[in-house]
Amino acid sequence: MLVTPGDVITEDTIYMKGHGTYGTNIEGDKRVIASVAGVVEPINKLICVKPLKTRYNGEVGDVIVGRIKDVQQKRWKVETNSRLDSVLHLSSVNLRGGELRRRSAADEFAMREYLKEGDLISAEIQQVHADGSLSLHTRSLRYGKLGQGCCVVVSPSLIKRRKNHMHNLSCGVSIILGNNGYVWISPLVKTATDSEAGDGGFDFDKEPVTADDRETICRVRNAILCLAKHSVMLYDTSVQYAYDKSLDYEAKHLLSDDVASEIVDRTLMEIDLLKGNA
Amino acid sequence: MSLELLSDEGYRMDGRKANELRRVRCNLGVFQQADGSAYIEQGNTKILAAVYGPHEPSQNFRSQVPHDNCLINCEYSQAAFSGVERKNRPRGDRKGQEMAAHIKQTFEASIQTTLYPRSQIDICLQVLQSDGSDYAVSVNAATLALIDAGITMKDYIIACSASLAKGVSLVDINHVEESVGCAELSAAVLPKLGRIVYTELNGKLHEDEMGQILEAVEAGCQDVFHVLEQHVREHVKDTAANFAVS
Repeated sequence: MLVTPGDVITEDTIYMKGHGTYGTNIEGDKRVIASVAGVVEPINKLICVKPLKTRYNGEVGDVIVGRIKDVQQKRWKVETNSRLDSVLHLSSVNLRGGELRRRSAADEFAMREYLKEGDLISAEIQQVHADGSLSLHTRSLRYGKLGQGCCVVVSPSLIKRRKNHMHNLSCGVSIILGNNGYVWISPLVKTATDSEAGDGGFDFDKEPVTADDRETICRVRNAILCLAKHSVMLYDTSVQYAYDKSLDYEAKHLLSDDVASEIVDRTLMEIDLLKGNA
Repeated sequence: MSLELLSDEGYRMDGRKANELRRVRCNLGVFQQADGSAYIEQGNTKILAAVYGPHEPSQNFRSQVPHDNCLINCEYSQAAFSGVERKNRPRGDRKGQEMAAHIKQTFEASIQTTLYPRSQIDICLQVLQSDGSDYAVSVNAATLALIDAGITMKDYIIACSASLAKGVSLVDINHVEESVGCAELSAAVLPKLGRIVYTELNGKLHEDEMGQILEAVEAGCQDVFHVLEQHVREHVKDTAANFAVS
Protein backbone atom coordinates (compact mmCIF):
# COMPACT_ATOMS: atom_id res chain seq x y z
CA MET A 1 0.00 0.00 0.00
CA LEU A 2 1.41 3.36 -1.04
CA VAL A 3 0.84 6.46 1.06
CA THR A 4 1.75 10.15 1.09
CA PRO A 5 2.04 12.48 4.09
CA GLY A 6 -1.25 13.08 5.80
CA ASP A 7 -2.92 9.86 4.58
CA VAL A 8 -4.88 7.99 7.20
CA ILE A 9 -3.57 4.42 7.22
CA THR A 10 -6.05 2.96 9.66
CA GLU A 11 -8.46 3.93 12.38
CA ASP A 12 -8.26 0.62 14.22
CA THR A 13 -7.04 0.99 17.78
CA ILE A 14 -5.12 -2.31 17.84
CA TYR A 15 -2.29 -0.95 15.71
CA MET A 16 0.80 0.73 17.08
CA LYS A 17 2.54 3.59 15.31
CA GLY A 18 6.05 2.90 14.00
CA HIS A 19 8.48 4.91 11.88
CA GLY A 20 6.93 7.13 9.28
CA THR A 21 3.61 7.44 11.08
CA TYR A 22 2.17 9.64 13.75
CA GLY A 23 -1.08 10.19 15.57
CA THR A 24 -2.81 13.41 16.49
CA ASN A 25 -2.75 13.59 20.24
CA ILE A 26 -6.38 14.61 20.40
CA GLU A 27 -8.52 12.68 22.83
CA GLY A 28 -10.58 10.06 21.01
CA ASP A 29 -8.71 10.38 17.72
CA LYS A 30 -7.22 6.95 17.07
CA ARG A 31 -6.10 7.47 13.48
CA VAL A 32 -2.65 6.31 12.35
CA ILE A 33 -1.45 8.91 9.86
CA ALA A 34 1.48 8.59 7.45
CA SER A 35 4.20 11.23 7.66
CA VAL A 36 6.29 10.26 4.62
CA ALA A 37 5.63 9.13 1.06
CA GLY A 38 6.37 5.44 0.72
CA VAL A 39 5.31 1.85 1.22
CA VAL A 40 3.35 0.73 4.27
CA GLU A 41 5.08 -2.14 6.08
CA PRO A 42 2.91 -3.76 8.69
CA ILE A 43 4.83 -6.00 11.09
CA ASN A 44 2.21 -7.75 13.20
CA LYS A 45 0.53 -4.92 15.08
CA LEU A 46 3.17 -2.33 14.25
CA ILE A 47 2.63 -0.10 11.24
CA CYS A 48 5.67 1.52 9.66
CA VAL A 49 6.01 3.46 6.45
CA LYS A 50 9.25 2.96 4.58
CA PRO A 51 10.10 6.14 2.64
CA LEU A 52 11.46 5.88 -0.90
CA LYS A 53 14.51 7.96 -0.12
CA THR A 54 15.95 8.67 3.26
CA ARG A 55 19.15 9.35 5.08
CA TYR A 56 20.75 6.30 6.61
CA ASN A 57 19.35 5.19 9.98
CA GLY A 58 21.92 2.96 11.62
CA GLU A 59 21.34 -0.31 13.45
CA VAL A 60 23.89 -2.05 15.63
CA GLY A 61 25.85 -4.54 13.58
CA ASP A 62 25.40 -2.90 10.19
CA VAL A 63 28.39 -2.80 7.86
CA ILE A 64 29.03 0.66 6.50
CA VAL A 65 31.48 2.43 4.24
CA GLY A 66 32.32 5.95 5.35
CA ARG A 67 34.65 8.82 4.66
CA ILE A 68 36.82 10.43 7.33
CA LYS A 69 35.72 14.01 7.71
CA ASP A 70 37.73 15.22 10.67
CA VAL A 71 40.49 14.11 13.01
CA GLN A 72 39.77 15.10 16.61
CA GLN A 73 41.14 14.27 20.02
CA LYS A 74 41.08 10.47 20.39
CA ARG A 75 38.45 10.03 17.66
CA TRP A 76 37.65 10.49 14.01
CA LYS A 77 34.45 11.99 12.59
CA VAL A 78 33.13 9.86 9.77
CA GLU A 79 30.64 10.94 7.14
CA THR A 80 28.14 8.13 6.53
CA ASN A 81 25.18 9.67 4.71
CA SER A 82 23.20 9.77 7.96
CA ARG A 83 21.55 12.53 9.94
CA LEU A 84 24.59 13.23 12.04
CA ASP A 85 28.22 12.40 11.53
CA SER A 86 29.40 9.10 12.96
CA VAL A 87 32.24 8.70 15.40
CA LEU A 88 35.15 6.27 15.28
CA HIS A 89 36.96 6.24 18.60
CA LEU A 90 40.66 5.59 18.79
CA SER A 91 39.89 2.73 21.15
CA SER A 92 37.69 1.09 18.49
CA VAL A 93 40.43 0.50 15.94
CA ASN A 94 43.12 -2.16 15.79
CA LEU A 95 46.57 -0.84 16.46
CA ARG A 96 49.43 -1.69 14.17
CA GLY A 97 51.03 -4.94 15.13
CA GLY A 98 47.82 -6.25 16.62
CA GLU A 99 48.78 -5.18 20.09
CA LEU A 100 46.20 -4.95 22.82
CA ARG A 101 47.20 -2.07 25.00
CA ARG A 102 45.98 1.18 26.43
CA ARG A 103 46.10 4.04 23.93
CA SER A 104 48.82 6.46 24.90
CA ALA A 105 49.45 10.09 24.03
CA ALA A 106 51.80 8.91 21.29
CA ASP A 107 48.92 7.02 19.70
CA GLU A 108 46.83 10.17 19.75
CA PHE A 109 49.48 12.14 17.93
CA ALA A 110 49.92 9.38 15.40
CA MET A 111 46.21 9.25 14.51
CA ARG A 112 46.69 11.04 11.24
CA GLU A 113 49.16 8.43 10.13
CA TYR A 114 46.42 5.82 10.43
CA LEU A 115 43.45 7.66 9.00
CA LYS A 116 43.27 11.21 7.74
CA GLU A 117 40.62 13.43 6.18
CA GLY A 118 39.31 11.99 2.94
CA ASP A 119 40.16 8.34 3.61
CA LEU A 120 37.46 5.73 2.99
CA ILE A 121 36.92 3.07 5.60
CA SER A 122 34.69 0.06 6.08
CA ALA A 123 33.43 -0.38 9.62
CA GLU A 124 30.67 -1.88 11.69
CA ILE A 125 28.24 -0.01 13.89
CA GLN A 126 28.95 -0.57 17.54
CA GLN A 127 26.38 1.66 19.16
CA VAL A 128 23.50 3.98 18.28
CA HIS A 129 23.15 6.96 20.59
CA ALA A 130 19.90 8.57 21.74
CA ASP A 131 20.08 11.39 19.20
CA GLY A 132 20.72 8.98 16.34
CA SER A 133 24.48 9.41 15.95
CA LEU A 134 26.51 6.26 15.41
CA SER A 135 29.65 4.86 16.99
CA LEU A 136 31.71 2.71 14.67
CA HIS A 137 34.43 0.13 15.17
CA THR A 138 36.91 -1.61 12.90
CA ARG A 139 37.94 -4.29 15.33
CA SER A 140 38.14 -7.03 12.75
CA LEU A 141 40.51 -7.70 9.91
CA ARG A 142 37.65 -7.41 7.47
CA TYR A 143 37.28 -3.72 8.22
CA GLY A 144 39.70 -0.86 7.93
CA LYS A 145 40.99 1.62 5.40
CA LEU A 146 39.90 0.98 1.83
CA GLY A 147 42.55 1.16 -0.84
CA GLN A 148 42.26 1.01 -4.57
CA GLY A 149 38.76 0.83 -5.93
CA CYS A 150 35.61 2.76 -6.69
CA CYS A 151 32.88 4.03 -4.42
CA VAL A 152 29.29 4.38 -5.67
CA VAL A 153 26.65 6.25 -3.72
CA VAL A 154 23.04 5.08 -3.83
CA SER A 155 20.09 5.60 -1.52
CA PRO A 156 20.28 3.53 1.70
CA SER A 157 16.75 2.23 1.08
CA LEU A 158 18.04 0.27 -1.89
CA ILE A 159 20.51 -1.85 0.04
CA LYS A 160 18.90 -5.14 1.04
CA ARG A 161 19.70 -6.17 4.59
CA ARG A 162 21.55 -9.45 4.45
CA LYS A 163 23.76 -11.59 6.69
CA ASN A 164 26.78 -10.81 4.61
CA HIS A 165 27.59 -7.51 2.96
CA MET A 166 31.06 -8.24 1.68
CA HIS A 167 31.06 -10.38 -1.43
CA ASN A 168 33.57 -11.65 -3.95
CA LEU A 169 31.60 -11.61 -7.17
CA SER A 170 32.27 -14.25 -9.78
CA CYS A 171 33.06 -11.56 -12.33
CA GLY A 172 36.33 -10.88 -10.55
CA VAL A 173 35.68 -7.99 -8.19
CA SER A 174 34.87 -7.80 -4.55
CA ILE A 175 32.17 -5.46 -3.34
CA ILE A 176 31.11 -4.13 0.01
CA LEU A 177 27.44 -3.13 0.04
CA GLY A 178 27.46 -0.64 2.88
CA ASN A 179 24.08 -0.36 4.58
CA ASN A 180 24.38 3.40 4.33
CA GLY A 181 24.23 3.36 0.57
CA TYR A 182 27.95 3.60 -0.12
CA VAL A 183 29.05 0.65 -2.24
CA TRP A 184 32.74 -0.10 -2.53
CA ILE A 185 34.03 -1.98 -5.58
CA SER A 186 37.62 -3.17 -5.68
CA PRO A 187 39.75 -5.86 -7.28
CA LEU A 188 39.50 -9.28 -5.63
CA VAL A 189 40.59 -9.14 -2.03
CA LYS A 190 42.89 -11.91 -0.98
CA THR A 191 41.54 -13.36 2.25
CA ALA A 192 43.55 -12.47 5.33
CA THR A 193 46.07 -15.13 6.17
CA ASP A 194 47.72 -15.66 9.50
CA SER A 195 50.84 -13.85 8.41
CA GLU A 196 48.84 -10.71 7.82
CA ALA A 197 47.00 -10.98 11.11
CA GLY A 198 49.11 -8.27 12.65
CA ASP A 199 48.21 -5.76 9.98
CA GLY A 200 45.48 -3.87 11.76
CA GLY A 201 43.67 -3.08 8.51
CA PHE A 202 45.44 0.18 7.77
CA ASP A 203 47.78 -0.87 5.04
CA PHE A 204 46.42 -1.76 1.66
CA ASP A 205 47.67 -3.33 -1.50
CA LYS A 206 49.48 -0.74 -3.57
CA GLU A 207 50.04 -3.03 -6.55
CA PRO A 208 48.84 -1.32 -9.76
CA VAL A 209 45.42 -2.57 -10.81
CA THR A 210 45.35 -4.21 -14.25
CA ALA A 211 43.37 -2.70 -17.11
CA ASP A 212 40.99 -5.68 -17.21
CA ASP A 213 40.23 -5.31 -13.53
CA ARG A 214 39.62 -1.61 -14.01
CA GLU A 215 37.17 -2.31 -16.80
CA THR A 216 35.32 -4.86 -14.70
CA ILE A 217 35.12 -2.44 -11.80
CA CYS A 218 33.81 0.26 -14.13
CA ARG A 219 31.18 -2.08 -15.55
CA VAL A 220 30.01 -3.16 -12.09
CA ARG A 221 29.77 0.48 -11.06
CA ASN A 222 27.65 1.40 -14.04
CA ALA A 223 25.46 -1.67 -13.57
CA ILE A 224 24.82 -0.63 -9.97
CA LEU A 225 23.90 2.88 -11.12
CA CYS A 226 21.44 1.40 -13.65
CA LEU A 227 19.76 -0.63 -10.93
CA ALA A 228 19.66 2.36 -8.58
CA LYS A 229 18.08 4.57 -11.24
CA HIS A 230 15.18 2.12 -11.44
CA SER A 231 14.95 1.59 -7.68
CA VAL A 232 15.88 -2.09 -7.77
CA MET A 233 17.13 -3.50 -4.47
CA LEU A 234 20.86 -4.14 -4.44
CA TYR A 235 22.35 -7.38 -3.23
CA ASP A 236 24.99 -9.75 -4.53
CA THR A 237 22.68 -11.66 -6.87
CA SER A 238 21.06 -8.62 -8.46
CA VAL A 239 24.43 -6.95 -9.02
CA GLN A 240 25.86 -10.15 -10.50
CA TYR A 241 22.90 -10.56 -12.87
CA ALA A 242 23.03 -6.94 -13.92
CA TYR A 243 26.72 -7.35 -14.68
CA ASP A 244 26.04 -10.46 -16.77
CA LYS A 245 23.29 -8.78 -18.75
CA SER A 246 25.47 -5.75 -19.37
CA LEU A 247 28.21 -7.70 -21.15
CA ASP A 248 26.40 -7.08 -24.46
CA TYR A 249 27.20 -3.41 -24.24
CA GLU A 250 30.29 -1.35 -23.70
CA ALA A 251 30.72 -0.21 -20.12
CA LYS A 252 30.26 3.46 -20.98
CA HIS A 253 26.96 2.85 -22.80
CA LEU A 254 25.37 1.61 -19.61
CA LEU A 255 24.98 5.19 -18.50
CA SER A 256 22.39 5.99 -21.16
CA ASP A 257 18.72 5.68 -20.19
CA ASP A 258 17.48 3.17 -22.79
CA VAL A 259 20.36 0.77 -22.28
CA ALA A 260 19.84 1.05 -18.52
CA SER A 261 16.10 0.21 -18.76
CA GLU A 262 16.81 -2.78 -20.94
CA ILE A 263 19.41 -4.18 -18.60
CA VAL A 264 17.16 -3.62 -15.58
CA ASP A 265 14.25 -5.40 -17.31
CA ARG A 266 16.40 -8.40 -18.13
CA THR A 267 17.85 -8.48 -14.62
CA LEU A 268 14.38 -8.40 -13.08
CA MET A 269 13.26 -11.23 -15.38
CA GLU A 270 16.24 -13.30 -14.27
CA ILE A 271 15.48 -12.63 -10.62
CA ASP A 272 11.84 -13.66 -11.20
CA LEU A 273 13.01 -16.89 -12.79
CA LEU A 274 15.22 -17.56 -9.82
CA LYS A 275 12.32 -16.96 -7.44
CA GLY A 276 10.04 -19.09 -9.62
CA ASN A 277 12.43 -21.99 -9.41
CA ALA A 278 13.06 -21.60 -5.70
CA MET B 1 -7.28 52.40 -21.14
CA SER B 2 -7.79 51.28 -17.59
CA LEU B 3 -6.65 47.86 -16.53
CA GLU B 4 -9.64 45.62 -15.88
CA LEU B 5 -8.99 42.80 -13.48
CA LEU B 6 -12.37 41.27 -14.07
CA SER B 7 -14.48 41.84 -17.16
CA ASP B 8 -18.25 42.16 -16.99
CA GLU B 9 -18.63 38.59 -18.26
CA GLY B 10 -16.51 37.38 -15.37
CA TYR B 11 -13.22 36.76 -17.18
CA ARG B 12 -9.82 37.88 -16.00
CA MET B 13 -7.03 39.23 -18.16
CA ASP B 14 -5.64 35.83 -18.99
CA GLY B 15 -9.08 34.36 -19.70
CA ARG B 16 -9.55 32.61 -16.37
CA LYS B 17 -12.65 32.72 -14.24
CA ALA B 18 -12.37 34.25 -10.81
CA ASN B 19 -11.87 30.96 -8.94
CA GLU B 20 -9.74 29.23 -11.55
CA LEU B 21 -6.13 28.26 -10.93
CA ARG B 22 -3.37 28.48 -13.50
CA ARG B 23 -2.04 25.28 -15.03
CA VAL B 24 0.09 23.37 -12.52
CA ARG B 25 2.90 21.12 -13.63
CA CYS B 26 5.49 19.52 -11.40
CA ASN B 27 8.33 17.02 -11.31
CA LEU B 28 9.88 15.31 -8.30
CA GLY B 29 13.46 14.18 -7.99
CA VAL B 30 14.98 16.43 -10.65
CA PHE B 31 18.47 16.40 -9.09
CA GLN B 32 20.44 13.35 -8.05
CA GLN B 33 22.81 15.32 -5.86
CA ALA B 34 20.27 16.75 -3.44
CA ASP B 35 18.43 14.59 -0.91
CA GLY B 36 15.16 15.84 -2.35
CA SER B 37 14.25 18.14 -5.22
CA ALA B 38 11.25 19.34 -7.17
CA TYR B 39 10.32 21.67 -9.99
CA ILE B 40 6.95 23.33 -10.21
CA GLU B 41 5.23 25.58 -12.71
CA GLN B 42 2.04 27.43 -11.87
CA GLY B 43 1.19 29.30 -15.04
CA ASN B 44 4.36 31.19 -15.82
CA THR B 45 5.80 31.16 -12.32
CA LYS B 46 8.55 28.56 -12.36
CA ILE B 47 10.39 27.57 -9.22
CA LEU B 48 13.03 24.97 -8.42
CA ALA B 49 13.43 23.58 -4.90
CA ALA B 50 16.22 21.43 -3.45
CA VAL B 51 16.34 19.97 0.04
CA TYR B 52 19.50 18.83 1.77
CA GLY B 53 19.29 16.91 4.97
CA PRO B 54 18.82 16.18 7.67
CA HIS B 55 22.58 16.43 8.01
CA GLU B 56 25.28 17.48 10.41
CA PRO B 57 25.00 21.24 10.96
CA SER B 58 27.48 23.32 9.00
CA GLN B 59 30.00 25.62 10.64
CA ASN B 60 27.89 28.78 10.49
CA PHE B 61 24.88 27.20 12.13
CA ARG B 62 26.56 25.01 14.70
CA SER B 63 25.76 27.39 17.55
CA GLN B 64 22.10 27.80 16.59
CA VAL B 65 21.15 24.15 16.43
CA PRO B 66 18.85 23.15 19.33
CA HIS B 67 19.59 19.88 21.11
CA ASP B 68 16.09 18.44 20.82
CA ASN B 69 14.94 19.77 17.45
CA CYS B 70 16.36 20.25 14.03
CA LEU B 71 17.26 23.59 12.52
CA ILE B 72 15.48 24.50 9.30
CA ASN B 73 17.56 26.76 7.11
CA CYS B 74 15.89 28.31 4.09
CA GLU B 75 17.59 30.05 1.18
CA TYR B 76 15.57 31.91 -1.38
CA SER B 77 17.04 33.31 -4.54
CA GLN B 78 15.54 34.97 -7.57
CA ALA B 79 17.38 34.59 -10.84
CA ALA B 80 18.39 37.79 -12.60
CA PHE B 81 16.28 36.81 -15.61
CA SER B 82 13.17 35.93 -13.62
CA GLY B 83 11.43 39.29 -13.69
CA VAL B 84 10.16 41.61 -16.37
CA GLU B 85 13.50 43.45 -16.40
CA ARG B 86 16.88 41.90 -15.81
CA LYS B 87 17.93 42.69 -12.26
CA ASN B 88 20.93 41.21 -10.53
CA ARG B 89 19.90 40.34 -6.99
CA PRO B 90 22.74 39.53 -4.59
CA ARG B 91 22.33 36.50 -2.35
CA GLY B 92 21.61 38.22 0.95
CA ASP B 93 19.24 40.91 -0.22
CA ARG B 94 16.38 42.10 1.96
CA LYS B 95 13.46 40.68 0.01
CA GLY B 96 15.09 37.28 -0.38
CA GLN B 97 15.86 37.06 3.31
CA GLU B 98 12.33 38.07 4.25
CA MET B 99 10.84 35.45 1.96
CA ALA B 100 13.23 32.84 3.31
CA ALA B 101 12.29 33.68 6.88
CA HIS B 102 8.58 33.35 6.08
CA ILE B 103 9.05 30.01 4.36
CA LYS B 104 11.14 28.73 7.25
CA GLN B 105 8.39 29.73 9.65
CA THR B 106 5.79 28.02 7.47
CA PHE B 107 7.57 24.69 7.37
CA GLU B 108 8.25 24.61 11.07
CA ALA B 109 4.53 23.98 11.37
CA SER B 110 4.65 20.73 9.47
CA ILE B 111 8.10 19.16 9.62
CA GLN B 112 8.36 16.96 12.70
CA THR B 113 11.53 18.58 13.96
CA THR B 114 11.65 16.58 17.19
CA LEU B 115 12.58 13.50 15.17
CA TYR B 116 15.83 15.06 13.99
CA PRO B 117 17.61 16.44 17.04
CA ARG B 118 20.82 18.37 16.47
CA SER B 119 20.48 18.17 12.69
CA GLN B 120 20.02 20.75 10.00
CA ILE B 121 17.64 20.71 7.06
CA ASP B 122 18.37 23.11 4.17
CA ILE B 123 15.57 24.19 1.84
CA CYS B 124 16.96 26.00 -1.20
CA LEU B 125 14.58 27.76 -3.55
CA GLN B 126 15.41 29.27 -6.88
CA VAL B 127 12.87 31.35 -8.81
CA LEU B 128 13.45 30.87 -12.52
CA GLN B 129 10.50 32.88 -13.71
CA SER B 130 8.37 35.12 -11.55
CA ASP B 131 4.79 35.76 -12.64
CA GLY B 132 3.03 36.41 -9.36
CA SER B 133 2.28 34.31 -6.27
CA ASP B 134 5.98 33.73 -5.67
CA TYR B 135 5.50 32.83 -2.02
CA ALA B 136 2.72 30.37 -2.77
CA VAL B 137 4.53 28.54 -5.53
CA SER B 138 7.77 28.47 -3.49
CA VAL B 139 5.96 26.79 -0.62
CA ASN B 140 4.43 24.23 -2.97
CA ALA B 141 7.83 23.51 -4.53
CA ALA B 142 9.43 23.12 -1.11
CA THR B 143 6.67 20.72 0.01
CA LEU B 144 7.30 18.47 -2.98
CA ALA B 145 11.05 18.56 -2.43
CA LEU B 146 10.64 17.66 1.26
CA ILE B 147 8.39 14.74 0.36
CA ASP B 148 10.98 13.60 -2.19
CA ALA B 149 13.68 13.76 0.50
CA GLY B 150 11.69 11.50 2.81
CA ILE B 151 11.50 14.07 5.61
CA THR B 152 8.62 13.37 7.99
CA MET B 153 5.85 15.93 7.81
CA LYS B 154 2.43 16.07 9.41
CA ASP B 155 0.83 16.93 6.10
CA TYR B 156 1.50 18.66 2.79
CA ILE B 157 1.81 22.44 3.05
CA ILE B 158 -0.05 24.03 0.16
CA ALA B 159 -0.16 27.76 -0.40
CA CYS B 160 -2.22 29.97 -2.63
CA SER B 161 -2.87 33.65 -3.19
CA ALA B 162 -6.01 35.67 -3.81
CA SER B 163 -7.04 39.20 -4.49
CA LEU B 164 -10.30 41.12 -4.60
CA ALA B 165 -11.80 42.90 -7.64
CA LYS B 166 -15.31 44.29 -7.88
CA GLY B 167 -16.26 42.33 -4.79
CA VAL B 168 -15.20 39.02 -6.34
CA SER B 169 -12.20 37.07 -5.07
CA LEU B 170 -9.62 36.25 -7.72
CA VAL B 171 -7.61 33.12 -6.93
CA ASP B 172 -3.95 32.51 -7.90
CA ILE B 173 -3.00 35.97 -9.04
CA ASN B 174 -0.34 36.66 -11.63
CA HIS B 175 2.20 39.46 -11.85
CA VAL B 176 -0.04 41.96 -13.63
CA GLU B 177 -2.87 41.43 -11.16
CA GLU B 178 -0.34 41.86 -8.36
CA SER B 179 1.05 45.12 -9.61
CA VAL B 180 -2.36 46.78 -9.96
CA GLY B 181 -2.25 47.51 -6.26
CA CYS B 182 -5.22 45.65 -4.86
CA ALA B 183 -4.98 43.75 -1.62
CA GLU B 184 -3.26 40.38 -1.99
CA LEU B 185 -3.70 37.63 0.56
CA SER B 186 -1.35 34.62 0.58
CA ALA B 187 -2.02 31.71 2.86
CA ALA B 188 -0.47 28.32 3.52
CA VAL B 189 -2.64 25.45 4.79
CA LEU B 190 -2.34 21.84 5.91
CA PRO B 191 -5.00 20.49 3.49
CA LYS B 192 -5.85 17.16 5.12
CA LEU B 193 -5.84 18.52 8.64
CA GLY B 194 -7.67 21.63 7.47
CA ARG B 195 -5.47 24.12 9.30
CA ILE B 196 -4.03 27.44 8.19
CA VAL B 197 -0.38 27.82 9.14
CA TYR B 198 0.57 31.13 7.55
CA THR B 199 -1.20 34.19 6.18
CA GLU B 200 0.23 37.32 4.66
CA LEU B 201 -1.71 40.34 3.48
CA ASN B 202 -0.26 43.00 1.21
CA GLY B 203 -2.35 46.09 0.77
CA LYS B 204 -5.52 47.20 2.50
CA LEU B 205 -8.60 45.12 2.96
CA HIS B 206 -11.86 45.87 4.69
CA GLU B 207 -12.69 43.71 7.69
CA ASP B 208 -15.91 42.49 6.05
CA GLU B 209 -14.07 41.30 2.97
CA MET B 210 -11.56 39.23 4.92
CA GLY B 211 -13.84 36.23 5.41
CA GLN B 212 -14.66 36.00 1.73
CA ILE B 213 -11.12 36.24 0.47
CA LEU B 214 -9.85 33.77 3.08
CA GLU B 215 -12.45 31.23 1.96
CA ALA B 216 -11.36 31.70 -1.64
CA VAL B 217 -7.72 31.12 -0.72
CA GLU B 218 -8.54 27.97 1.20
CA ALA B 219 -10.55 26.63 -1.74
CA GLY B 220 -7.64 27.47 -4.04
CA CYS B 221 -5.26 25.57 -1.76
CA GLN B 222 -7.48 22.50 -1.82
CA ASP B 223 -7.53 22.63 -5.63
CA VAL B 224 -3.74 22.88 -5.83
CA PHE B 225 -3.49 20.06 -3.30
CA HIS B 226 -5.56 17.73 -5.47
CA VAL B 227 -3.28 18.30 -8.43
CA LEU B 228 -0.02 17.92 -6.50
CA GLU B 229 -1.22 14.88 -4.58
CA GLN B 230 -1.99 13.09 -7.88
CA HIS B 231 1.54 13.76 -9.09
CA VAL B 232 3.13 12.56 -5.87
CA ARG B 233 1.08 9.35 -5.85
CA GLU B 234 2.06 8.59 -9.42
CA HIS B 235 5.68 9.31 -8.66
CA VAL B 236 5.59 7.01 -5.61
CA LYS B 237 3.88 4.29 -7.64
CA ASP B 238 6.48 4.44 -10.41
CA THR B 239 9.43 4.48 -8.03
CA ALA B 240 8.15 1.83 -5.65
CA ALA B 241 7.25 -0.52 -8.51
CA ASN B 242 10.61 -2.24 -8.36
CA PHE B 243 11.05 -1.97 -4.60
CA ALA B 244 8.89 -4.96 -3.84
CA VAL B 245 10.22 -7.17 -6.64
CA SER B 246 13.37 -8.40 -4.97
